[in-house]
Amino acid sequence: MKIVIPIQLVPDRVEEIVINKEKDGFDLEEIAWILNEFDDHAVEQGIILKEKTGVEVVVVAAGGEKSDEALFTAAAKGADRLIRVNVDFSTEKVNNHALAKIFQTIIMEEKPDLILTGVSNHNGFDGAIGALLAEYLGMPYIGYISGVDIEGMSALVLKDYPGGIKAKMEVALPAVLGISSSEKPPRYVPISKVRQAMKTGSVQEKDGDIDLAGGLIIDRMYEPEVSGRAEILSGSLKDIADRIAEIVKSQGLI
Amino acid sequence: MSEIFVYVEHFQGIVSDITYMCLAQAQQIAKSNGGNVVAVLLGHNIELLSKDLFADEIITVSHDSLAEFTYDPFAAVLAKIIQDKQPGLMIFGDTSIGSDLAGGLSARLHLPLVSFCKEIKAEEGKLRFVAQICGGKIFAEGDLKECTSLVTLSPGKFKAKDGKTTTTPKVSAYSLPAFEKSRITLKEIILPSGEDLDISKEEILIGIGRGIENEDNVSLAKELADALGGELCASRPVIDQGWLSTSRLVGKSGKTIKPKLYLALGISGAPEHVESIEESEMIIAVNTDPEAPIFNIARYGTTENLLDISKELIRSIQKVKGG
Ligand SMILES: Cc1cc2nc3c(=O)[nH]c(=O)nc-3n(C[C@H](O)[C@H](O)[C@H](O)COP(=O)(O)OP(=O)(O)OC[C@H]3O[C@@H](n4cnc5c(N)ncnc54)[C@H](O)[C@@H]3O)c2cc1C
Repeated sequence: MKIVIPIQLVPDRVEEIVINKEKDGFDLEEIAWILNEFDDHAVEQGIILKEKTGVEVVVVAAGGEKSDEALFTAAAKGADRLIRVNVDFSTEKVNNHALAKIFQTIIMEEKPDLILTGVSNHNGFDGAIGALLAEYLGMPYIGYISGVDIEGMSALVLKDYPGGIKAKMEVALPAVLGISSSEKPPRYVPISKVRQAMKTGSVQEKDGDIDLAGGLIIDRMYEPEVSGRAEILSGSLKDIADRIAEIVKSQGLI
Repeated sequence: MSEIFVYVEHFQGIVSDITYMCLAQAQQIAKSNGGNVVAVLLGHNIELLSKDLFADEIITVSHDSLAEFTYDPFAAVLAKIIQDKQPGLMIFGDTSIGSDLAGGLSARLHLPLVSFCKEIKAEEGKLRFVAQICGGKIFAEGDLKECTSLVTLSPGKFKAKDGKTTTTPKVSAYSLPAFEKSRITLKEIILPSGEDLDISKEEILIGIGRGIENEDNVSLAKELADALGGELCASRPVIDQGWLSTSRLVGKSGKTIKPKLYLALGISGAPEHVESIEESEMIIAVNTDPEAPIFNIARYGTTENLLDISKELIRSIQKVKGG
């Protein structure tokens, strides 16, 4: 049995997200690209399944050479094979429809039984990769997954609903699942193990044609104008703490 | 303007608030650009659900294969309805059901999709989307194409009460199209266990986010919560780490809170979190990033380190209490 995990890089939200001069998109070169958090959970879920059932895990990354770190981290965690799609996010515009098509081609060659991917990416506003990919592949899709088990030729999954409600569903394989959290939090691997994987492992490279047609055209990108921003308290730590205590007291709460 | 369809999401006999918000959005577009608002209601024994939907028409498809949501039959029925009726717009809530459906239908029918949509603006007969991305830090806008566009709308801009009506609109039954056997079966709905507390009822809540950094620091936040006579809750990354139980998750996948005081420690204020804290009477945010979106909703804030502030605040509160 084989699992393919398509992953991608996204802008690091902790860093400044730079908008281009034309104000109609990101300044791709200026953005710090990191692994999509939900894809990290998808990788973890894949590794957990490998540990439980011995499946083969293939991780496919989009984002160019910058995605090597994410790939070798996955290898250090236990992924069997690594594929990198040579689409460089720091120079080329992509959208999720385009990426889903690129992943589709690779997945059709790999013929996996299960595809796990992050439920969404915060910069992808033309739909989630998993949902698009499933339709392109003619497979069933379930998103917002927080647990997966494989039983014969089907998967038993937990789908999250609002309010902490979960639906246990059975899906016939092959299928695509959009992971929102892995059964256990993504494990930490020391840098030395990632370096080791870089030395000993290899990445298979693939080219990808970017077809932006399915996505949206934006003509304006901006930071939100804020109406009522918080009053930022100033002074020493003690001044600030005293002020907060006072505010809480004035609300009759202490 | 052609028709604006809204997908009616419901669970255990109750229409979700997000559906009413979608109807409010649809009504606003209809008011500026014309066109009818049509609610699309799929399920089984759903007659009572249509009574307060603010729409010109309700299309219902009732069948026992639609009794509970699973992707295959729902996508098949919606695909048929969309192809048949060709609405200008079809709005879904940005939920675990709406985004599965809208994503799949976009690929299946080759229709554009706007996810993380904050608002569709009607301007001089045209429609523009506003998507809120990057955890609320960036807005992206553009024109919608002249075909059916799919949208998953996030809560925030529209109020549920504006999507409700007292006059039941025209209901037309749509017959179940033929579709292939579902590849997905629902086995069980698991409700959250009643142990632990119900944060939606708490008056003082201290929310901890990824800024808390490690599990050892949770005890300091707990001390602060105790000093304030409140309870701890958290954003998703903290719950995913298992540092607090799932029942304390605030946000899209967790609970909506309405405390008198919400003290947010190291929480950035992503839309999936913010949508569930908006009814808090007072939000005070502690976040080292002055640009963090949480400051857009908080009344007071500080950019000091949350650990330093927590320690100092415990002292200040004890002092206020003591004297
Ligand atoms: C489908 C879906 C459902 C989701 N459901 C939920 C949900 O129910 N609830 C939820 O919360 N999220 C949910 N999310 C996730 C959401 O998008 C965000 O990723 C999450 O809310 C971020 O949590 P955070 O603010 O704790 O972490 P981050 O966004 O990483 O923010 C951490 C913040 O801490 C600050 N910080 C760091 N160190 C310190 C310090 N020492 N002192 C003070 N501040 C510090 C940083 O400046 C930063 O702003 C969902 C996402 C998706 C896609």
